[in-house]
Amino acid sequence: MAPALTTDKAGPAEIADREPAAVRIENVHKSFGRPGAAQPVLDDISLEVRPGEFVCLLGASGCGKSTLLNLVAGLDRPTAGTIDVPGGRPALMFQEHALFPWLTAGRNIELALRLRGVPRPERRPEAERLLELVRLSGAYGKRVHELSGGMRQRVALARALAQDSQVLLMDEPFAALDAITRDVLHHELTRIWSETSLSVLFVTHNVREAVRLAERVVLLSSRPGRVARQWAVDIPQPRRIEDAAVADLSVEITEELRGEIRRHGQH
Amino acid sequence: MASTETGPLSTSGGPHDLAGLEAGLDALETVEVRRTPFAQVLLHKVLPPLTAVVLVLAVWKLLVVAEVTDDYKLPDPSAVWHSLEDLWLRGTLLDIVWTSVSRGLLGFAAALVLGTPLGLLVARVKFVRAALGPVLSGLQSLPSVAWVPAAVIWLGITDAAMYAVILLGAVPSIANGLVSGIDQVPPLYLRAGRTMGATGLRGARHVLLPAALPGYIAGLKQGWAFSWRSLMAAELIASSPDLGLGLGQYLENARTDSDMPGVLLGIILILFVGIAIDLAVFSPLERRVLRTRGLAAANR
Repeated sequence: MAPALTTDKAGPAEIADREPAAVRIENVHKSFGRPGAAQPVLDDISLEVRPGEFVCLLGASGCGKSTLLNLVAGLDRPTAGTIDVPGGRPALMFQEHALFPWLTAGRNIELALRLRGVPRPERRPEAERLLELVRLSGAYGKRVHELSGGMRQRVALARALAQDSQVLLMDEPFAALDAITRDVLHHELTRIWSETSLSVLFVTHNVREAVRLAERVVLLSSRPGRVARQWAVDIPQPRRIEDAAVADLSVEITEELRGEIRRHGQH
Repeated sequence: MASTETGPLSTSGGPHDLAGLEAGLDALETVEVRRTPFAQVLLHKVLPPLTAVVLVLAVWKLLVVAEVTDDYKLPDPSAVWHSLEDLWLRGTLLDIVWTSVSRGLLGFAAALVLGTPLGLLVARVKFVRAALGPVLSGLQSLPSVAWVPAAVIWLGITDAAMYAVILLGAVPSIANGLVSGIDQVPPLYLRAGRTMGATGLRGARHVLLPAALPGYIAGLKQGWAFSWRSLMAAELIASSPDLGLGLGQYLENARTDSDMPGVLLGIILILFVGIAIDLAVFSPLERRVLRTRGLAAANR
């Protein structure tokens, strides 16, 4: 099947008029450090994620992708601009699983349910259901250190889903996994995303991963981070990371990414 | 179900293929946690300290046989054993030990009640940390014997003086343990907690305190050692017939009677109680907390 893809130059205004956004980022600036000697990290970022959309944020190191995700998660505030998440606090998954080692896998999920206000008798069955969703039915009583890296990330995904947010933010969640495990988790994530109405904002530096997963890939430039270019990925799901269409678009995006990185060598 | 068979690791089939792959990965990478067999515990945990004790006794006996010094300075191990038997037969052994242990435990419990909120305050309130942090660390290096004269002048030779010395010794350890426990909580846990809505008190209860538990327990363990040490110092120096006879007083009495077997017995009993409480209470607690978190050193 030929890769049916469209590319368009960064233009947040083009998508703004259709539906209410799940995440709306408008003219966001972020600097770190003291006023006066502040280092700009994000420079005038505008970006929207539509409800149910899967967006990958792509960029080289230092482009502020994680910073942007922290801002959307509400863990930090922008220096200027606004971030609006109408559906309430988004769930966030990290590169490290961030599961609490003093709780079992099931209890980790139940804690998220409890903090969300789910009454006690409903927590256990809900946790079991979520574990089943990530295909870890037997893991309820397992301690975090008894699980493999891939299993930990699946429990972390279940815990994030337990928050019942409409938006799931993912900060390079599979970067520390081996290729085969990552491939399996890509499949699981796509499956769960298509079964729910989740909007996903997924940060990665892996171009193939971005093309494998996303409906839209947003390339950020580095230092300070700006939206450099966007691609709509029209390759039908289920995709494979080794699909020719995925490879073709990855080559194109990688070329662009290299160009962004080269620009820094010239200064 | 697979459409084309391209090899055992083919992922070209449907989701069934992947499910199988996933199950394989899970099985391959799961860490198996096994309990150590009893015989191995005996061999690695019980045998070495027993050997050490036997060696010490053997050297002691040898020195006595070789008559390196006078009998009243280095009595035969059997003389110490006779002192122990004597105490036991007179029915005072358990009284003496219990007097000290109950003082120690009560003092430790009080130190726990005072030290925990103090540690929380120092860890979480910047002003309090700046004001008290250095003092707390400094107090840890002050031998608690130094407090005995002050405590005696303030409170007389009373139980209250004993408890005061215990508190001054143990509270800083417990508070410091909690502070370092909280300081060492990975920021990632706090961020994860915040994204789930665990902020403020709920954050403290569900994330911060459980995450700080290993450091806190290390502080408790050290706090107990300090309590016990402080108490023995206090009992030795501030001994009076009005107070119940504890191990420290027993030791002091033996010294005034020039009863070397009694002195050695006193030292051995103090050591024994300190080790026994650590082994019976704090070590299992610590091991359990570390093991559930996968932090225990592999049973070495």
